[in-house]
Amino acid sequence: MLKLLYFARLREDLGTGIEEMALPPGVTTVAGLRAHLVARGGTWASVLANGKALRVAVNQDMAEPSTPIKAGDEVAFFPPVTGG
Amino acid sequence: MPTIRIQTEDFDAGAEIAKIRAGNPKVGAVASFVGVCRDTNDGDAVATMTLEHYPGMTEKALAKIVDEAIARWRVIDVIVVHRVGELKPTDQIVLVVVSGGHRGDAFAACEFIMDYLKTRAPFWKKEQTPEGARWVEARTSDDDAAERWAAGKKDAA
Repeated sequence: MLKLLYFARLREDLGTGIEEMALPPGVTTVAGLRAHLVARGGTWASVLANGKALRVAVNQDMAEPSTPIKAGDEVAFFPPVTGG
Repeated sequence: MPTIRIQTEDFDAGAEIAKIRAGNPKVGAVASFVGVCRDTNDGDAVATMTLEHYPGMTEKALAKIVDEAIARWRVIDVIVVHRVGELKPTDQIVLVVVSGGHRGDAFAACEFIMDYLKTRAPFWKKEQTPEGARWVEARTSDDDAAERWAAGKKDAA
């Protein structure tokens, strides 16, 4: 299983902050997972489309599109941060 | 031993500054920064602000930033306190306190921690304005500020 988290504007736009899903077949990286979610269409496609300013963390560390993903990981999607 | 706290309640900068140097005769300098909620942003009045964060990753990201500062400058101790939840103008948001033997390292480490916090710690601000609620957009000037500290630019400030 994967634990997916969404924060801030993404959480509101997607209407969910957390979901669990089986690691989709063929998905091995952050970019692959993002493409899988975009393929859900509708809001998912518009919110997570390529080119949108989006940050991803894998197991609570900032990740890149090429960062590997495996079953059991916690993957979070969120906008660029604005604390401080 | 660095202290990192995420909390809804306010903080007392004076008390934290007293704490970081209490009983330690090696401390010759304490640098601190307090970030405060403004009543305007991008030309609009801000009534209240709500700060969201990513529990778990926030603490981890801040610990990493603080460790990097400790590895890079001669500092003795660090305290970072960041508030979450609803805040209003004049409320304090964030506190960074750095103690060291001398001011140069304390100043630099304090500014570095703030610059990295602004671009790497998972906090998000949502503002209530007369036009409605809106998420604050990240500023490229914050990326530029953090970039100044990239490897080899130790004297960035």
